[in-house]
Amino acid sequence: METPLTQHININRPSLNLKDYVRVGGYQAVHRAITMSPQEITKMVQESDLKGRGGAGFNTGIKWSFVPMNDNAQTKYLVANADEMEPGTFKDRLLLEGNPHQLIEGMIVSAYAIQANISYVFLRWAYKKAARLIRQAINEAYAAGYLGKNILGTGFNLEMHLHTGIGRYMCGEETALLNALEGKRATPRTKPPFPQVSGLFGKPTIVNNVETLCNIPHIVNNGADWFKSLSPGADAGTKLYGVSGKVNKTGLWELPMNTTMRQLIEEHAGGMKNGYKFKGALPGGASTDFLVEEHLDIKMDYKSVAAAGSRLGTGTMIILDDHTCPVGFVHNLEHFFAQESCGWCTPCREGLPWTEKILLSIENGEGRPEDLELLRMHTKFLGPGNTFCALAPGAMEPLQSGLKYFSEDFEKHINEKRCPWR
Amino acid sequence: MLSTEEIMKIDHEIALVPIRKAACIEALKIVQNNRGWISDESIHAIAAHMDMSAEELDSVATFYNLIFRKPVGRNIILLCDSISCYVMGYEKIYEHLQTRLHIKFGETTPDARFTLLPNPCLGTCDHAPALMINDDLYRDLTTDKLDDILKEYK
Ligand SMILES: Cc1cc2nc3c(=O)[nH]c(=O)nc-3n(C[C@H](O)[C@H](O)[C@H](O)COP(=O)(O)O)c2cc1C
Ligand code: SF4
Ligand code: FES
Repeated sequence: METPLTQHININRPSLNLKDYVRVGGYQAVHRAITMSPQEITKMVQESDLKGRGGAGFNTGIKWSFVPMNDNAQTKYLVANADEMEPGTFKDRLLLEGNPHQLIEGMIVSAYAIQANISYVFLRWAYKKAARLIRQAINEAYAAGYLGKNILGTGFNLEMHLHTGIGRYMCGEETALLNALEGKRATPRTKPPFPQVSGLFGKPTIVNNVETLCNIPHIVNNGADWFKSLSPGADAGTKLYGVSGKVNKTGLWELPMNTTMRQLIEEHAGGMKNGYKFKGALPGGASTDFLVEEHLDIKMDYKSVAAAGSRLGTGTMIILDDHTCPVGFVHNLEHFFAQESCGWCTPCREGLPWTEKILLSIENGEGRPEDLELLRMHTKFLGPGNTFCALAPGAMEPLQSGLKYFSEDFEKHINEKRCPWR
Repeated sequence: MLSTEEIMKIDHEIALVPIRKAACIEALKIVQNNRGWISDESIHAIAAHMDMSAEELDSVATFYNLIFRKPVGRNIILLCDSISCYVMGYEKIYEHLQTRLHIKFGETTPDARFTLLPNPCLGTCDHAPALMINDDLYRDLTTDKLDDILKEYK
């Protein structure tokens, strides 16, 4: 089984410096890319069926194809979204700390494909080790001629900067991220115009997730068919899957995209801890719908998880066990979303704190029977189409499915006027 | 008033962006790094240097979780209060911090040794519960470990 993304990552050893990275085949994709036209690379990425690993799952090559290519004299930007702040998500940290040159190589090839001359790594504040390693790797890449002016004698120029954020979940939303890079509040922008046409400082911009970009060198080196062959299932490539919660071996694994939830939990995470039972899980971070026992055999690809009523999201699963109160669990999530709402639109700004308060009163044994209807109403009012960005609809996913699968537990809190878990 | 060194660092950032204002977050970071927090006086001084109104800069400063608009202690504890740490018992860690330091979230010890703040997911959920003190990350926390960790910070 091939594991292109993590093959050179060993968390017990320092990450590869440029010389060692080159020795194991690193930066070959840059050499190969410059023998191709930008359009050929975009087409190859599109055919590989690589879908964005930041949560939305959009075909990366198609996304790139919207960048205007007729005026390459104008400034264009490429941004690596390394803001990773979705609770329960810890996958990009591994790629950033484990092999920073892989990301930089992916960014150079991607920037070449859209003919961008300036690139940013937008890194969340908390990733101190990653910041140090990325800064070092960028300097090495400049010194080796992979960044800067006239890269490898091709006439292609690329600057790369590291920007560290100062903490706000909304910085991960791609248009809010652009506002943050412009020194503004991280509120989202109206689309259209899409960032591909008018993004950072009004120039064409591509924002891609770290894991997405790390796949690019491997696709360029080995081809679209090879990438598809990595997964026998509906989706192409490998995926970094994670499991956190009360399992024997929490962690991250790079696996084909036809891995089932059961395989992840039982084989890779070593099963539930002694004395704990599986009650449900958010398959891909805090803003995905709960899946329960009956879903354990679904494959963790975009389509199958969607068919089961949830989203693959970031592919990092959070497990709810039978010793943890589902109401407290959902309250914790809504507390996060209410705090991180940027306040731009009313349903989210007003609705999330209200949701959080209702959940807290239920958890404290002060809930009223009509509160459940009120919560259900919120899942409609804050659902898709009513808000400016995907934060609020995402926040409603674990709430609506929590109300569906754990309604007995919610009712018990209200009837017994206490939390049965406390 | 900004110091000469602060101005030098801020001007370096301004040179990297096409619009002066775009460097204002970097400017806030530079001044906070130097002074520990961002006072009203700092807001006015930075805003003047960035050609912004103080109100506009403050709207940016107050938006972000890690720009401190109040004085903080010498060491800042950021305890993850998000979902995986909730499942793995961050609340016990919080209780322990409260008994040891006699402060709650948002408070600073009277000797200014520690400020305690909640923080969303630190991206290390497979090693929950987790916290950061200044730039250092601590994972797989237990109350015993915590006592040893706190000793390291004066
Ligand atoms: C509130 C919010 C937070 C987000 N945070 C992140 C993030 O931290 N990292 C990320 O890659 N994408 C994040 N996204 C998704 C981005 O908006 C965007 O879809 C993604 O970066 C595109 O990259 P991809 O096509 O490679 O997946 C977030 C979206 C929303 C609505
Ligand atoms: S949905 Fe929430 S986070 Fe998104 S724009 Fe509206 S207020 Fe801001
Ligand atoms: S939830 Fe605490 S580190 Fe992710």
